[in-house]
Amino acid sequence: MNNIKQRTASLAIERLSFSYSGKKALDSIDFAINSSECTILLGPNGAGKSTLFSLITRLYDSHDGKISLCGFDVKTQTLQALSRLGVVFQQTTLDLDLTVMQNLRYHTALHGMSRKLASQRIQEELERLQMYDRRMEKVRQLNGGHKRRVEIARALLHKPALLLLDEPTVGLDVPSRQSIVEHVHQLVSEQGLSVLWATHLIDEIYPDDQVIVLHKGQIQTKGSVDEVKQAADAQSIGDAFKYFTQGEKV
Amino acid sequence: MNAIHYWRAMCGIVGRELWRFVTQRERFISALVRPLVWLFIFAAGFRAALGLAITPPYETYILYEVYITPGLMGMIQLFNGMQSSLSMVYDREMGSMRILMVCPLPRWFLLLSKLIAGVAVSVLQVYVFLIIAWFYDIKAPWEGYLYVLPALLLSGAMLGALGLLLSSFIKQLESFAGVMNFVIFPMFFMSTALYPLWKMKESSVWLHHFASVNPFSQAVELIRFSLYGRFNEYAFIYTLAAFIIFMIVAVLGYNPSKGMMMKKGGR
Repeated sequence: MNNIKQRTASLAIERLSFSYSGKKALDSIDFAINSSECTILLGPNGAGKSTLFSLITRLYDSHDGKISLCGFDVKTQTLQALSRLGVVFQQTTLDLDLTVMQNLRYHTALHGMSRKLASQRIQEELERLQMYDRRMEKVRQLNGGHKRRVEIARALLHKPALLLLDEPTVGLDVPSRQSIVEHVHQLVSEQGLSVLWATHLIDEIYPDDQVIVLHKGQIQTKGSVDEVKQAADAQSIGDAFKYFTQGEKV
Repeated sequence: MNAIHYWRAMCGIVGRELWRFVTQRERFISALVRPLVWLFIFAAGFRAALGLAITPPYETYILYEVYITPGLMGMIQLFNGMQSSLSMVYDREMGSMRILMVCPLPRWFLLLSKLIAGVAVSVLQVYVFLIIAWFYDIKAPWEGYLYVLPALLLSGAMLGALGLLLSSFIKQLESFAGVMNFVIFPMFFMSTALYPLWKMKESSVWLHHFASVNPFSQAVELIRFSLYGRFNEYAFIYTLAAFIIFMIVAVLGYNPSKGMMMKKGGR
């Protein structure tokens, strides 16, 4: 049964634990994300969200537990697993002194794409985000929202099955945030992409999303928005979040 | 993950580094100014103070400027290796390193590509330096300029691998000043770049000992002999061995389950 889950799930995490100098950052985490599913990883600062992302992307390695991407074990089938993954990190990872185009071309080279295919994909993704006209500008000249758009476009160039977003809207103004939230949800519904979105901002959650509440390295609850609200006996997802992270009944 | 994928990725990494180098004019100029200051000022001043006997690969008495030139070529590569290391630490702190580390290619290959990029930049710098030195009347036999190329590739790879190794151990950018004081300067000054081994023995046996085991000395000697059309087998084997050891430790250092990435993160 477990094997079937791993084969079909875009991301499957089983009994994953991780410690920093003896202090547990993640404690026996278990969850799965299926295709065309947007899962919001909700947790306050220090909950373990970024650590979880570092483990999924294999920047760190854990001795306890298992992570599978589209059925490929991240530890033993690293390259197959990583080829199905698109990532937008919390911190900007664009080269500021290169143009948008050069940054994207660099990414396509790392994924072994031909020049022709790369040009086609870059055009597709940038046009979708209304950034194609700005492709020859240096990234340094772009504002925060536009840099984020470029990063999302870059993460999608190799057509991943799973997109990881680590608090991608932090520091952005409201219109930029809204536009990114809308765009990602559109990708899920129209392209069948799976998304794991780490955030602590409640208004980024859509009613159809799956929610995982992570606090002090442990999953407090998981399920659809309604299930999470029910579990906390709360009126809104914000109240449910407070209940699971602060123990406050609103 | 076929051969074309590897080739395209390597071209992407090397191309990016070369592009950054040629567009960062300050970096290009400062990389050249440093050895030229040593050549035009330091060497000119020391010419009178230092008498050099005839030692291989030289077949006649030489000026101090001629002696110091291979050392300065090594210096360019040493500083370039450290510059690459610094940019790796910077990229890691700024996050752009993550994009490289999460692409579907083995870590050893990504580090090797970074290394090749660094070597390409350093060889470019050395040849520009040699052209300027030629106009300053420091001329090697014409075939030496060709023979020195493989030597430069190996010495550049060894010093670049050292840079990679250091970058895997350095936790933050601020620690880099320590690298300058405890790695680059001792490596440069305790080597045959500025004075021959036998001359060192006259003043300090310890200095002579350190300089003879210093891999940078062997890299400089490999360059020196090649520039005069001769092959220094001992220096070649020593530099090659140092390269292999540094590279293995660097790859282990960047391995998420074994190396320093783990110590930085946890378990």
